[in-house]
Amino acid sequence: MDLYSEDAARFVWEGAIPIQIRLHESQVTTLPPPPPVQILGPRIGYLPLLVSSIKPHFNDTLPPGSDSVWFEYKGLPLKWYIPTGVLFDLLCAEPERPWNLTVHFRGYPGETLTPCDGEDSVKWSFINSLKEAAYIINGNCKNVMNMSQPDQSELWQSFTKGNMDGYTRVSSKLKLGPFGEDSAVKITAGRIPIRLYLRILGDDVYHLEDVTAVESWDSISYINRPVEIHREEGEEGHYITFKKAMKCLLPEFFDDETSEPDHVFVQREDNDFDAANENSKITGAGAVMSCPEEQKCADLAFVKPHSTKKVNQIKLIRIQGIEVDLEIPFFWVVNNLKNPEYYLHICVYMGSSLNHA
Amino acid sequence: MENQKSFDGTLSADEFYIAANTLCEKWKSANTGLPDWTWVPYKRMPSGASYNDGYLSLESIYHIKFPKDPVKSRNLSEEDEEPVDSATLVHVPSNVIHAYDFHIAYSHSYRDPVLYFNGHRSDGQPLDLDEMQKDLPEYSQKLLTESKWTFITVEEHPYLHQPWYMLHPCGTSDWMKLLLHGRPDAADYLISWLSVVGQTVGLRVPISLVSSCAKHDSI
Repeated sequence: MDLYSEDAARFVWEGAIPIQIRLHESQVTTLPPPPPVQILGPRIGYLPLLVSSIKPHFNDTLPPGSDSVWFEYKGLPLKWYIPTGVLFDLLCAEPERPWNLTVHFRGYPGETLTPCDGEDSVKWSFINSLKEAAYIINGNCKNVMNMSQPDQSELWQSFTKGNMDGYTRVSSKLKLGPFGEDSAVKITAGRIPIRLYLRILGDDVYHLEDVTAVESWDSISYINRPVEIHREEGEEGHYITFKKAMKCLLPEFFDDETSEPDHVFVQREDNDFDAANENSKITGAGAVMSCPEEQKCADLAFVKPHSTKKVNQIKLIRIQGIEVDLEIPFFWVVNNLKNPEYYLHICVYMGSSLNHA
Repeated sequence: MENQKSFDGTLSADEFYIAANTLCEKWKSANTGLPDWTWVPYKRMPSGASYNDGYLSLESIYHIKFPKDPVKSRNLSEEDEEPVDSATLVHVPSNVIHAYDFHIAYSHSYRDPVLYFNGHRSDGQPLDLDEMQKDLPEYSQKLLTESKWTFITVEEHPYLHQPWYMLHPCGTSDWMKLLLHGRPDAADYLISWLSVVGQTVGLRVPISLVSSCAKHDSI
């Protein structure tokens, strides 16, 4: 399996979400109100970058004043610095098509959202993220800081136009990957930039269809912490599975998974079956680690055979709209599903349920 | 930091916690006349962490801009420590008294501390960047004009999830490496760091604190 596939990366770049945007009623000054606008929002893009396309549709009905644009989904103000695809994966448990958003041109919620002065804010938030990613990977951000003005401009223009080839031409100079033995840069150990969003579902949620809308960002945990890969003797870097990386990020949810694999990654029935089968192919290290855990669980069951306790379980892991198989190489996931600023954004849905210990 | 030869100016999350405790203790014993730094523990759900998660907080630092006296940082609640002419205060219009909160959080990306700050007027109204900019020392004002997007920007506070001003940490490890002369002591890291970073936002670290570290360093 090649650890980097241009085709896969292209799918990510071309991925878009059909969005239907209506103007918030408080800013409608004409009758009839303007119809909603349909637009394709690139997954890797950011919502404020859509403003120039939608503004003409609403311009004539806006009340007097200056614009401070923000978006909202079912009452929740959307953080503009999170890529559009990540917002969609995180806030729509069941994909909603078209995605119904509301745009506001007035009354910016400055208490909850960081200010946004249009494209410049987005550009610099993006470049600062790129810098952070470069620091994580290389231990410094010199390559990004020393980027020439034309390169910086080409990088940003290519990004906003969805021109992957133009972007790659500049970004490859930054030496930030891809990761893996057979790739040009050959990064086989080190740190990988991750942004992880954890959505905690209510107690009574058993199916994704029952998930209610997010009312506040307080119900979402955000972890911005790199995964560290230490290359061990006799262990190939690219054989680190996605599961092993997830275990680094959320150790408490992968503790007893070897004894009950189907409780960790609850998906459709058929996938459970696959996951159970795949378990036999875990690399040496994983198999060794599973033994004491299994023993521990067996002991617990023996001591408290009928006790029930509330446990948090991972219900779903989604990256770029895809439910990612836990057994595939982590480097494949990073190389192909990362966003252009070199961060891998992972959405995790977690639910609690009563479990027989 | 344990291996001095490879000291690269960064510190681990555990070392950050140790350094945070040292800063709190030494700040308190230095009788700065300012409020104390406190450690705010944070219980993440899920934690995903084996270290002590949390951040440092120093709140209600008053910044008074007198018409003729350019910049003075004082804490109004500690009047007996550093006498403040209350008669003068009465005449200070409320809109020139600005209160600042400072938080220091650990960045796993940069493996360095990051300074967050926020200001509000005495009536509780938050200050915007323009108002805050005027409270900054002159050289920081200049830097802020030159590099609007890479010096101080508004970011989501990593624990409070509200917009806070953040001093960009890129480059911290480079100058910390120089500052500590390759003789790192995890415990005193934050005091040395704050003595530099604090200046950029007008928060002065008492000289007694810094010199106590230097003494310790030379033993």
